[in-house]
This record gives sequence, structure tokens and C-alpha cells, in this order.
Amino acid sequence: MPDLLLELFSEEIPARMQAKAADDLRRMVTDKLVAEGLVYEGAKAFATPRRLALTVHGVPTRQSDLKEERRGPRVGGPDAAIQGFLKATGLAKIEDAKIQTDPKKGDFYIALIEKPGRATIDVLAEILPVIIRTFPWPKSMRWGARSTKSGSLSWVRPLHSIIATFGLETEEPDVVKFSVDGIEAGQTTFGHRFMAPSAIPVRRFEDYEAKLKAAKVVLDPQARKEIILADAKQLAFAQGFELVEDQGLLDEVAGLVEWPVALMGSFDEEYLTIPDEVIRATIRNNQKCFVVRDPKTGKLVNKFILTANIEATDGGKVIVAGNERVIRARLSDAKFFYETDLKTKLEDRLKKFDQIVFHEKLGTQAERIKRIERLAAEIAPLVGADVEKAKRAAHLAKADLLTEVVGEFPELQGLMGKYYAQAQGEDDSVAAASEDHYKPQGPADRVPTDPVSVAVALADKIDTLVGFWAIDEKPTGSKDPYALRRAALGVIRLITENNLRLHLYELSIFHSLFFAEKTLSTFEGKIAKRGEPLDFVVPGLADALAQRARQITRSEKVFETAFEHYQELTRDLLSFFADRLKVQLRDQGARHDLVDAVFSLGGQDDLLLIVRRVEALGKFLDTDDGKNLLAGTKRASNILSIEEKRDKRTFDGAPDAGLYALAEEKALAKAINQVKSEAGAAVQKEDFAAAMSAMAKLRPAVDAFFDKVKVNADEPDVRENRLKLLNEIRAATRAVADFSKIEG
Amino acid sequence: MIPCPYADTVPRTLKPPFARPILPMDALPAHMRPERSFQGFILALQRFWAEQGCVILQPYDMEMGAGTFHPATTLRALGPKRWNAAYVQPSRRPKDGRYGENPNRLQHYYQFQVIMKPSPPNLQDLYLKSLAAIGIDSGVHDIRFVEDDWESPTLGAWGLGWECWCDGMEVSQFTYFQQVAGVECAPVSGELTYGLERLAMYVQGVDRVYDLNFNGRDGADKVTYGDVFLQAEQEYSRHNFEHTDTAMLFEQFKMAEDACKKYLAAGWKEGGNQKEHLMALPAYDQCIKASHVFNLLDARGVISVTERQSYIMRVRELAKACGEAWVHTEAGRAV
Repeated sequence: MPDLLLELFSEEIPARMQAKAADDLRRMVTDKLVAEGLVYEGAKAFATPRRLALTVHGVPTRQSDLKEERRGPRVGGPDAAIQGFLKATGLAKIEDAKIQTDPKKGDFYIALIEKPGRATIDVLAEILPVIIRTFPWPKSMRWGARSTKSGSLSWVRPLHSIIATFGLETEEPDVVKFSVDGIEAGQTTFGHRFMAPSAIPVRRFEDYEAKLKAAKVVLDPQARKEIILADAKQLAFAQGFELVEDQGLLDEVAGLVEWPVALMGSFDEEYLTIPDEVIRATIRNNQKCFVVRDPKTGKLVNKFILTANIEATDGGKVIVAGNERVIRARLSDAKFFYETDLKTKLEDRLKKFDQIVFHEKLGTQAERIKRIERLAAEIAPLVGADVEKAKRAAHLAKADLLTEVVGEFPELQGLMGKYYAQAQGEDDSVAAASEDHYKPQGPADRVPTDPVSVAVALADKIDTLVGFWAIDEKPTGSKDPYALRRAALGVIRLITENNLRLHLYELSIFHSLFFAEKTLSTFEGKIAKRGEPLDFVVPGLADALAQRARQITRSEKVFETAFEHYQELTRDLLSFFADRLKVQLRDQGARHDLVDAVFSLGGQDDLLLIVRRVEALGKFLDTDDGKNLLAGTKRASNILSIEEKRDKRTFDGAPDAGLYALAEEKALAKAINQVKSEAGAAVQKEDFAAAMSAMAKLRPAVDAFFDKVKVNADEPDVRENRLKLLNEIRAATRAVADFSKIEG
Repeated sequence: MIPCPYADTVPRTLKPPFARPILPMDALPAHMRPERSFQGFILALQRFWAEQGCVILQPYDMEMGAGTFHPATTLRALGPKRWNAAYVQPSRRPKDGRYGENPNRLQHYYQFQVIMKPSPPNLQDLYLKSLAAIGIDSGVHDIRFVEDDWESPTLGAWGLGWECWCDGMEVSQFTYFQQVAGVECAPVSGELTYGLERLAMYVQGVDRVYDLNFNGRDGADKVTYGDVFLQAEQEYSRHNFEHTDTAMLFEQFKMAEDACKKYLAAGWKEGGNQKEHLMALPAYDQCIKASHVFNLLDARGVISVTERQSYIMRVRELAKACGEAWVHTEAGRAV
């Protein structure tokens, strides 16, 4: 079967857009072919800086003929219906339609529509220009004299020529005849811009790819990447060094060349005094070159590898020399920045943060740093960190944002802070926190373990979350501009992977009051009473809050209103944590319904305990005892909810032992009491495995009860008592989880 | 005017490969060669673009941050009429002054600007030929077009194009204007901007801008870029960072803004029917002025981050109003 070759030859396509464009082209053309009933055997798309190319092979020469019967109105139906039918089917007059008899509904018209299949090449001539005109470039432009006309072609950069051929391997293929904005499809391409610029006639994909290669164009981006990587590795290896591999850079560089030529250059050794990361950022971001290290030390050496787009007639001498000049100037700037930065102590930079707004509604960076300091000091003893070190670390952690190097390379934030902190003789833990308090940045990132870093990392993230919650900037759907999901996941990972015991609700509500100054006016006139008395686990927190209240406002009542509001917000924030935890546990293979079962017990803000409870519950439910107890509990719940509905009442309260008629009832009551106290004690000791084992003892009694006892007894008082007993099963299991939330 | 004794030897049409310089270099006296002298370098570019049919303009007689601000680009990019021009424009970036101590940064430097409307289909080839004309041989250099989308918030303008790299160095900006002064470009112009000092440094092989040979002579006759501009860099850096009268500048900004609006309002022929405008150019001068005054204030650090946005917006409003007026003038309107 014949093949299609399509090439769209243009001025330089941005590297970052090429891969998706190739994919879009393949998808759009093949989707359209399939929609036209043309099933193909295979398709592959390619991109270089100057062209998108597509080959679709094994496409049928023609569409198959279509025969369709379409049912019309009944014979003698209204004229409008008949006219509509004629129009829809293309029949000239109603006499051309067949009449079909239906014994029930009477006679009606049937149109026989025969649609002969068209030649594929004609279909292509119709669909290709539409695809080109509607191509989804992220940004496209108009150009040249035709740009005055409305509806002129828009492309990523000026489009110069189109190849579209269709035909069998054994024959001269035909050109698919169409034109887009004055560009006629043909069979001519062009080679490398400098090494082989002249026109090349092509027939089909095989000779197209081969001729391009002869004309110094490697069509396949994957092949270009392999060439660059292999050559770069070889160049480094030949000098006894090792290439620092960089997939992102490789992808980009492969999109900047049609004929990759790797060349090695060097820079003055004096620049090796700059931190490796700064050298790499300089050379990578600005010059799109790879760096090279010494495999023995792991440190960078004074070499770099560039990828030229040409086999220069002088072997690349001028190109290397030119790149060396630019890199020298760039490194000279970087060295100057680095050395300038070292002259100013980190704390001396902080004053400037007074002028820098973090967020319009959340105040300046300086205010934010103060909040993080206070919270880090609060968290420090809970995570085993020295309070003074945590405060110092939080004080300095953001200072590098104002350094020259970070201004130039924002991705080095934190890391530079660590270097500068070390240089000014800060404690190792304090210095490390500059870098590590940003971590973990995502599910794969390292979680810090040093308690000082942990305290500052938690404080930073909780401040962000509480702050954006306070101003109602929560993530919605796919929108999460402040990366709050990532921050919440960071908190979860910091806590669970370091086995920390923290009461997130309390910390959050404590912290939320530091935002109260900004939002206090909201509560004027909205005076309400405080709800339940505060019962805090964290020692001294209630005092701290009272003190805070006096700082913020003289009016205890305004404070109370604010406090209520922040309680509300914090509960909402906590359920956000619960959702993130669910996602996190689900990703690790745990069942999300178990998280719900634990959370719905209420009052759960200790993530570590939640995780442990979920783990123990999961294991328990994998056992026969667990499964049967779950089934029994569910059965009890189902019966209860039916009877509760029928009687319009609940069956709370202790059952009356005097009403037990059967041995199974007594046994169950006994088991429930025993399990309640055993499981309760185990939960107190946070031994969830033991709590589950205790639960298991409930199972034989529950099974026997359902086996032998008729719940809806004829005597009303016995029935009520039995329902109360069922309610006790439900209550007993709530010591470990809300079984009704568990699926299955 | 410098007479060009070689005009007859200039080939009328060029065929690829473009490695051959447009002017036979041997025919030029040594001191005029683009790789020897800064002025020879500029002249080579001017000759090249003159050969492509561009009018060679002289710099606009006002202070501006980039060659794009020249009315020959900003205003002439609008409207349907053909327009091909090239010129050198001194560009002032008060913030970039370094008291003459930085080898690359200047508060005053030269841009070479080319605008062709509509953008010709072979604009990339023309650009590469122009590089050949200043001694950059595409057979030994690695020339690349790297994505760079251009946007000027003050001019209400944007376009797509590239930074042009030569051996890893950005040497030009290449832009297809899509919108200027808030008006859709129809047709689209192609704009090229060469950073002259940087390119000349590369061609001459010097690392410090002040070491550029300006006149191509040797020994006692040699004049360097430093001889011409070092003192100016020092003086203007003092001026820009330390001594500009900010109260006066705030006042000047307001005055230029008011004047621009006043001239625009007065320029509509037959009162307010908005059909024909008679004073777009003088009004636009005031927009250029406001923009430069803003740059001076910015260099003095007296404009806060939030104010900055609002000043940029005020200049953009002027630019847009001027663009709107321009498309109702003789040169800017549809035929």
C-alpha cells in the first residue's frame, strides 16, 4: 500500500516546541485519515530546527464505497418533512426514494445513498491544508506581504515550502496537490543551511531521509541526541574526564542543530574557585554547553563541550575560540558576582526585605521571615532541634535571594545561601538549612533529616499554607500558582519520613494568628462567642495564644471572633492535608478509603499516627479476622440504619443485660466490653497492631450473634436491646477506625 | 557623506553560498576594513543594506533606549506602505552605566537597525549575507537562530523571532513585528538589530570595548573607542546615578506626557472626527522623551516596583495614542 511523505520547511522552530509539534502533526494527520475511513499501518514524525516531517505508510489507495439506507418520513407526510428529507439525502425528487411497508406504522420512504470512496490522494489534498492552517503552535505569527490579508497563514515562524507525496514504493509517487497561502505542495526540500543549501528533489520517505543525511541534516531528533551524547562522552573520556550528563540540555541542544558537531573548549583554571553549581549554571543556561568533571574527585574541570551546527572548514578552531571568549566573559561576571556576594554578610542584606513585597495581602518578605523564625522556634523543641540554631537558620535562610549570583541564576537559591553561610562561619546545621529548608520540592526530592533544617522547612511551608489559606488563595482544580499542594506534600513527607509527632492543627492555628494583624479589621462588628474550651496538647500553647491575643488587640472579643475564624480556616487546611495524605498513601499503594476511615474519627492532626493507624488497619483487613469483622460491622450498620429509619430514632445507650435471652447475646456483650477496654488501652499506647489484635477477638462473637440471634425479635424491648447491642459493635470498632468508610 | 569609490564593483545580485563578502575586501584601504575599524564596520553594514534598497537614515536626534524607538521603526512599521530603512541609533540605557569600568557594559552604545516592510521572504539570507559583509564567514563560524520572543511593554509591541548567535555569542536580534504601539502590523515588518560594539569587538578580537580601534589607523594616528567614549561613560555614570535632578525629571515626565496628549488632541484635522491626523510625529517625540526621562528616574532608583509598572503603562498609553494618530497620517494610512 502507498505511503505519505509530508514535510513542512520553515525558518528556525524554537527547540522547546519541536517534539510536541512532531507529535501533533502525526496525531492530526492520522486521526483525520482514520476519520476518513483510511486505516494506515504506521506513522512516524520528526522535527529539526527547520522542518517538521511525517511519514505514514500503508495507507489504502482509496476509501471504500459507502452504501447507506436512510429512513425518511411516512408516505403522505407533511411537505416540509419530505423536502427536508430530499435535502438531507441529496435526492432530486421523492419518486427516487424507495417505499418500505411497515405493518404497524404504515409506509415510509427509504433513501439509498451510495457514496463512492474517493482516492486517498484527493482526501489528503483536502485534509492537509486544514491541518496546516489549524496547527496548534503555542505561539504563531504572520509574515511577509500576505500578512495584510485577513485569514493569512499563521505559523511558528515563516513557512517556506511543503513536500507532500503519496504513492507506492515501486512507482514514482504523486504530489498531493494543494497550496496554503501561496505555498504549493511539491517534492523539493533543502539541506543544511550552510553546508548544503541547494534544492533537493525527493520522492518518498526513504530517499528523503537518506538525501537529507547526505545534505548534512540528521532528521531524527533521537539520532541527533545519540550523536551528541556519544561524541561529548568520547571527547571528555579522551582527556581522562567524564561528561556531566544533562537530559534537559541535551533535548534543547538537539533542537538547535541539524548536524551536530561536538567540540571541546576550555576556560581559565582560576574560575574553578567559583562553586561548581555556579559554573554549571553559567555554562549551561547562557551558553547551552555541557560541563565536564574529573571522575576521581567528582569536581568540575576547566573544560566544556559545545554542540556546533556545522563541520567548519577549519575543524572548529574559530568556533571553539569564540565560545571560549564568551564563556570567559560569563565566568568572569559570575566570579565577580560570587566574590561581591562574599563581601556582604547575609544578615546585612535582610534590611532590604522591608521593601520587597512577598504578596500584596501577606506583607513583605521581612515580615514573612519574622513569622518563619517564630514558628521555627516553636517547632524546634518538638523535632529535637536547638531553638537558637533554628531561629538563626530561619533568620538567614532567605537572605541569598538578594545576592548577585541568585539574581542571575534563581535556580541556585538556597544552595548559594549555604555556601555564603559557611563562608561567614555559621554553624553547619544553620548553613545547611539555607539549602534544605526548601526541600522536599516534590515526591522524588530528598527529605532533610537534620532537625534544624526540618524545623525551618516545616515553618516555611506551614507559613505559606496558613498565609494563603488566610487570604483565601487556595488551589482550585488545576490551578495552584503558589505550589501549595507541593508545600503540603512537603510537610507530610517531612513529618512521616522523620517519624515526627506534631499536632498540625494546633501549630497551624497558632501560626494563623500571626496573620491576624493583617486581617483583623474583617472582624470588627462581628462579635461572637468562643466555642468549646481550648484543650491543647502542646505544652504552653494556650498561654502563648492568650499572650498573642493581648499583643494583637486589647479587645478580647475581637480576638475571639478572629480565633473562631482561624479555627474554621485551620480545619479546612487540615482537610487539605488529609487529601494530600490520601494522594501520597495511594501513590504508595495504600487504600485511600482507609485514610478516610481514620480521618473521620475526628480530632486527627497527628500525621504520623494517622499513617500508622492506616498501616495497622490495612494489615488487619488483610486477615480473615479483619475481613469478617468488617463484614459483621457493616451488617450491623446496615440493619441499624434500616431500623433507625423505620423507627425514626437512634439506638444509643447501653443495652440492658437483664434482657439478654440467648448465650450469643451475652457472649457478644462480654466481648464488646473486653475489646473496648483492650483496644482503648492499646490506642492510648499508640500500639495500633495490638488494638487490631484486640478487635479480632470481637469477630467470633459477632459471627455467632448473627448466626443464632434474630435481631428483630417479636418482643419490642428485646428488639430494642439487640439493636443497642449492634450499635455497641459499631462504637467499639471506632476505637481504631470508622468502619463504615471502608469499602468492600 | 563619505563617497564610495567602489560602488561599481558591488555585485547587484548575490547567489549562495554567502561566504563571499559583498565588498571585495582587498579593494578597501586597510583602515576601512570592518575587522580593522569600528567606523569601517558601520560603513560596511550601511553599504550592504543600501544595496538591498534600504534608505540609510542618520540617527534620530533624541535620546532613546533602543533603535526600535526611532520613528522610522516604531511609526513606519505601521500602515500598509512599503518601507525599507537602515540606520545607526545611539542607545542610552542610564542603568547600564559602569563608570567605564566594565569591559562590556555601557550606558551609551550603538545599535544598527534595519527595518523591512513587508518582511521579504529571504530576510534570513540577507541577514547572513550582511554578516559576511562584515567579515563573518559562515563556513568557519557557527551561526544559529535561537528562539527569542521580543516584547516592549513601553511601546505596546511584540514580535516573534530569534537571538542570532555567532559561536555562542548573541550578535543580533531578529524580529517579525506582530504588533507595534498597540496596532496590528499589516503587513508584518522584519526588524534586525545589531549590537555594534559587541560584534565589532568579536571581529576585531578585543575583550574590552574601550580597546576597539575606532578609525582603523595604527600608532599615533589610532583612535580607540575609549579615546572617544571613556570619559563620557564616566561622566554620564556620575550623572545618571548620582546627580540627575529627580524633582526636575518628575516634572519633565509630566510635561512630556501632557505635551504628547496636547499635540495629539490638536492634531486631528477638522476637530474631533478622528479621520486625519496632522501632528503624529511631534507628539511621538514627546513619547520618546517621556520614556527616556523614565529611564533616568529608574536609574536613580527613585521609582518603586509598583510605580514602575504604572510609569511603563503611562508611556505605553502615549505610544499607543501616537500609533493610532500615525495610521491616520499620509505615511501611515492605507492608500
